[in-house]
Amino acid sequence: MSMRKGAWILIGTWVLLGGPGGGAAESPALGEPLTSRSVSALDFTILPDGTGLPEGEGDAITGLAVYQAQCRLCHGDGGEGGPNDRLVGGRGSLASAEPVKTVGSYWPYATTIFDYIRRAMPLYAPGSLTADQIYALTAYLLFENGIVDEDTVMNAHTLPKVRMPNRDGFVWALPEEVR
Amino acid sequence: MSQSDSDLIPVAGNGLLHRRLFLKTGLAAGTTLLLAGTTGSAAEKPQRDPWMRMPGAPMSPIGEPSGYEQNLVRAPIGSQPGTAGTGVSRTPLQYLDGIITPSRLHFERHHAGIPDIDPDLHRLYLHGLVERPLAFDLAALHRYPQVSRIQFLECSGNSAALAAPRPVAETCAAIHGLISASEWGGVPLTVLLEEAGVKPEGKWLVADGADAAVMSRSIPLSKVMDDALVALHQNGEPLRPANGYPMRLFLPGWEGNASVKWLRSLKVTDQPAMTRDETAKYSDLRDDGVAELFTFPMGVKSVITSPSPGLSLHGPGVYQISGIAWSGQGRIRRVEISADGGASWAEAALDEHVLPKCLTRFRAAWRWNGGPAVLMSRAEDETGSLQPDRDAALRGRTHAFYHFNGVQAWQIDETGASSNVYA
Ligand code: HEC
Repeated sequence: MSMRKGAWILIGTWVLLGGPGGGAAESPALGEPLTSRSVSALDFTILPDGTGLPEGEGDAITGLAVYQAQCRLCHGDGGEGGPNDRLVGGRGSLASAEPVKTVGSYWPYATTIFDYIRRAMPLYAPGSLTADQIYALTAYLLFENGIVDEDTVMNAHTLPKVRMPNRDGFVWALPEEVR
Repeated sequence: MSQSDSDLIPVAGNGLLHRRLFLKTGLAAGTTLLLAGTTGSAAEKPQRDPWMRMPGAPMSPIGEPSGYEQNLVRAPIGSQPGTAGTGVSRTPLQYLDGIITPSRLHFERHHAGIPDIDPDLHRLYLHGLVERPLAFDLAALHRYPQVSRIQFLECSGNSAALAAPRPVAETCAAIHGLISASEWGGVPLTVLLEEAGVKPEGKWLVADGADAAVMSRSIPLSKVMDDALVALHQNGEPLRPANGYPMRLFLPGWEGNASVKWLRSLKVTDQPAMTRDETAKYSDLRDDGVAELFTFPMGVKSVITSPSPGLSLHGPGVYQISGIAWSGQGRIRRVEISADGGASWAEAALDEHVLPKCLTRFRAAWRWNGGPAVLMSRAEDETGSLQPDRDAALRGRTHAFYHFNGVQAWQIDETGASSNVYA
């Protein structure tokens, strides 16, 4: 009798779940609470408005030195590419027969440069750069793409304000109601 | 042998036969063999093949394919210059049948190799615009209610080779091998979100992987509420490392990269993070120079896997045409086949399992007369979306690269060899 009742409660849980992903579910509630300090230690997310950018700063002059030592081998002199992705140039080519997509010609947000380098570069030693170095590299790539001057300092306040040349070059394919 | 005449009457040009033919030919062959076994007098020592003369290999902890099946490998593999784990490996579609891809042959697309994750140390963090930021370990997730579903996963760059101005001389796997299907099992993500309590401003979920590139995509919460899983299982076993062990996001019907592997962090936000892999990559550049962001769902598509380049026909006669069809929007409703380059079409037979957002296996009978032929397939899904021909798929999207779903044509020459052509 009590077993049967147990089975019904179990089935009730599954019905509540409403199949894949639907509706409210009873859960065993096993998540361990995270403190705000542990959250900030594991959070990589940087939003286009600059939320999530760390302290630190750098300009293209210091960025050049880091680039030569850590990036040039794979991305070429001045970011011109080879053997890996080209990072500079291609402005005005997107509607042509041979579009060239680079940080300068294609990327809509400057914050993405900092975010991506911090996540993934240099390829064989991700996580090895300081925030100052990443700001400097970001400034350097912006400078090589003709977007900022060589002594413009990039930091958590200035970087989100940089307007990328292709900022208006995107439309959202996602219907309004599902955003 | 016992086929009715009507089944042997072509239903479309250049030898396409009625789809009923399969069942009947199968029956006929079976009957013939049975009869052969009961005629003549009994032999004293019936003949044994070489492998019947002594006991075979012992049991083994892991099953391997037959040593004779040398083609069952992910190929071709491509990686960025100077790297071995920043690229793709492809499912050998032309050597597989049915709708489930063996896990060891599931295509790969990695940005910085496959991490070797210790499941005891790995955590899934759920934070951002939630009432209670939480961490889950694998053992905890195993205690949650789980579901499993058979669904495809496709890289949005799949089939992009068909955008080349001239047809590339490549195999079905090389052109279309970034599609696989598995039984995916795991915890509906809504359950975890509910436990954490999403704040009203929460609209997006930024997912990070635990790979060296911390690969990241922003997912609208509406999709998560719909059918997102934190997948733990693939084809009945824990995920393979190349597919996200110990846990991955799984977003049915959406471009593969959004199903972030080695899932580590889920941050609820009020906007997308505009990461590199949703702006610089995986956005679709149109010919007018404007690019489309968040082109998540995979369109309706199909491809004939046999015959196809590398699988030659051996002389005129009846052959099975077989292939796969799928749609990120739901079930496949219909697949049509042409043997004359699209001049005439006939409906293919669908195997029994026609599941939403899954591969569907189709088949047709074809009598090859030994002359040139161009085989094509086109699929329609349950929403009425029809797979476009190549020109229509490329219209305004010459360089889009992602989400190409135009019709594939295989040309058969007089020797029985097939090749990729534009028809
Ligand atoms: C060992 C080679 C290597 C080194 C060193 C390296 N990169 Fe990269 N980089 C790559 C590869 C490979 C990719 C493409 C990764 C992918 O597609 O997932 C890439 C991609 C990038 C991109 C994205 C390009 C795009 O358009 O999407 C940027 C930006 C970048 N690297 C910056 C840097 C910076 C800055 C450094 C130096 C700190 C650096 N890289 C060092 C190999 C390297």
